[in-house]
Amino acid sequence: MSALNRHILQSQPSAARRWEAAAVWLFRSATYVILLCGALVFGTIVFKGSKTVFTTTAPFINVAFFTEAPESLYVFEYQGQKREMGDREFRAFKAQHPDASNVKSESYVYSAGGIFPCIVGTVLLVLGSMFIALTLGVSAAVYLSEYATQGRVVTAIRLAILNLAGVPSIVFGLFGLGLFVIYLDWNVSLIAGWFTLALMVLPVVITASEESLKSVPKGFREGSLALGATKWQTIRKNVLPYALPGILTSSILGIARVAGETAPIMFTAAYVVRDKLPWEGLTSVSDFFFQGVMALPYHIYVVSSKIPQNEYTERVQYGTAFVFLMIVATIATSSILLRNKLRNRYKW
Amino acid sequence: MDIKTSFNSSSSGRSIPVTSSPVGPTLIDIDHVDFYYGASQALHDINLKIEEKKVTAFIGPSGCGKSTLLRCLNRMNDLIDGTRVAKGQIKIRGINIYDPSVDVIELRKRVGMVFQKSNPFPKSIYENITYGLRLQGRSNKSDLDAVVEKSLRGAALWDEVKDRLHTSGLGLSGGQQQRLCIARAIAVEPEVILMDEPCSALDPIATVKVEELIQELRTKFTIVIVTHNMQQAARCSDKTAFFYMGKLIEFADTRAIFMNPANAQTEAYVSGRFG
Ligand SMILES: Nc1ncnc2c1ncn2[C@@H]1O[C@H](COP(=O)(O)OP(=O)(O)OP(=O)(O)O)[C@@H](O)[C@H]1O
Ligand SMILES: [Mg+2]
Repeated sequence: MSALNRHILQSQPSAARRWEAAAVWLFRSATYVILLCGALVFGTIVFKGSKTVFTTTAPFINVAFFTEAPESLYVFEYQGQKREMGDREFRAFKAQHPDASNVKSESYVYSAGGIFPCIVGTVLLVLGSMFIALTLGVSAAVYLSEYATQGRVVTAIRLAILNLAGVPSIVFGLFGLGLFVIYLDWNVSLIAGWFTLALMVLPVVITASEESLKSVPKGFREGSLALGATKWQTIRKNVLPYALPGILTSSILGIARVAGETAPIMFTAAYVVRDKLPWEGLTSVSDFFFQGVMALPYHIYVVSSKIPQNEYTERVQYGTAFVFLMIVATIATSSILLRNKLRNRYKW
Repeated sequence: MDIKTSFNSSSSGRSIPVTSSPVGPTLIDIDHVDFYYGASQALHDINLKIEEKKVTAFIGPSGCGKSTLLRCLNRMNDLIDGTRVAKGQIKIRGINIYDPSVDVIELRKRVGMVFQKSNPFPKSIYENITYGLRLQGRSNKSDLDAVVEKSLRGAALWDEVKDRLHTSGLGLSGGQQQRLCIARAIAVEPEVILMDEPCSALDPIATVKVEELIQELRTKFTIVIVTHNMQQAARCSDKTAFFYMGKLIEFADTRAIFMNPANAQTEAYVSGRFG
């Protein structure tokens, strides 16, 4: 008899149980859909990009792609063989083989060489804007949460900062163009890009810094002040060091995200192509700050939308995207490692 | 009659000098003080003279203003927006500490504080002790070493930590952490040490150690201690002030407060009938 087989703890079908099953199913499938999208994006970039970045022969890495400037690619037929050469190589080849001098060739802009100037430019943009954003952002956060009298004004300022985070990046780009490039007459330059990117990431830096400062126990502040420290001594020696891991991680992640934006730099800092590297041909120190640079996201934009598309340009597109992903991943990982290291130093 | 037997000071067993002492020189003169948190008045007309090199205990039910008064003495209440001493003066050696000419930094160097929740900094034991000295620009290694040893000995902690001075202060037990905070406070050689329920988070054995420490510190410092523990007040202090609802109800020799209180509310409180 079934009554004998059932015990009181055996599960009974009920509406609650059905809803439970449905809810779990919904949450799980949402997670898998997200996972699938992520895998597709990463998979495509890694799969296609690695064809450009890695090679089948030693040293297995396409060194030229990392160390050279972009060049035009020439594709031509010579003695019945199809050949692909970068601009310089092609010219040397023609000099060596006089019979090749009027060979019919097709040229594809930016499809040979490498992306070294873009990597350099992006690194410079990241470092400079990070420095500016951290200096301004941490100072503002210290003022807002440690010094300012909490009240309506400070709340309004906080709200304004949060709203800044919602402003589209193109607006920052145009703002930078208007203020830095045109009004301050900095032209399209590193420094204009730094300030534009820094402004964009400031909300993240300020919010993260305030959160981190708040998470430092009140007892540390009181203990320090009670020993006769000034407020600034207290903040510098006994608050900021403990807040730093949190501040750095969020800020660096914020920068990494902003560094991927094309819109803020396209009017303010990025050149489509530039022959000189940033440290070449400087006549004074200020020249360094007032020069435009090539940058990875802008390069991706240029090679994907400003030149005719074909199989050769696709290599650069995916190669650049792949390298860029790697750089962002490196920044993110190192910021997390840094945080863990600092956290271990100051644990409470 | 010996107060020790009547209050059964079970833990320490040392004899406590609570003989009715002659009135010593006044160090802190709290002169008819009214104190407000914004619009709400927390202290009403407090009038009290704290004597030099004595232990003064503040007792009273929760919320009666003990911590508030204590934090007035080193102006820690300045940190809270909207607080003010609306009336009266607090004078240390005759100087009104709320006078605009007074530098709170100097005040806090002279009036140290130990908090209810022990708050060693997440730095090494050594750095905890030298923190206050470094603030004053002292950085001579042998000078600092000497102060560290002296302060830790003064806080009866030296023997327990002398081999691990450069490990984190947070690695110590709760009682050790509180003594580290006391050592940190005495390292800057204040005149006064304010203690806000220093033993409330400690177990009985750690409490005894801190109480014994207070007995030793009384020879060098003026101590003001807030406590909820009647026995502790009886054991440790020379003078006791009883507060109720922001008012000072009775202030007298500890012996008198516990043996022979003048006020009925005091009597009820110390005998455990309320609060
Ligand atoms: N930061 C503050 N803002 C407003 N009111 C406060 C603040 N701190 C304390 N009070 C009020 O002041 C009064 C006295 O508080 P206080 O902390 O001095 O009491 P206490 O005697 O130390 O109590 P306990 O024994 O619980 O520590 C209480 O009514 C309390 O609510
Ligand atoms: Mg209190």
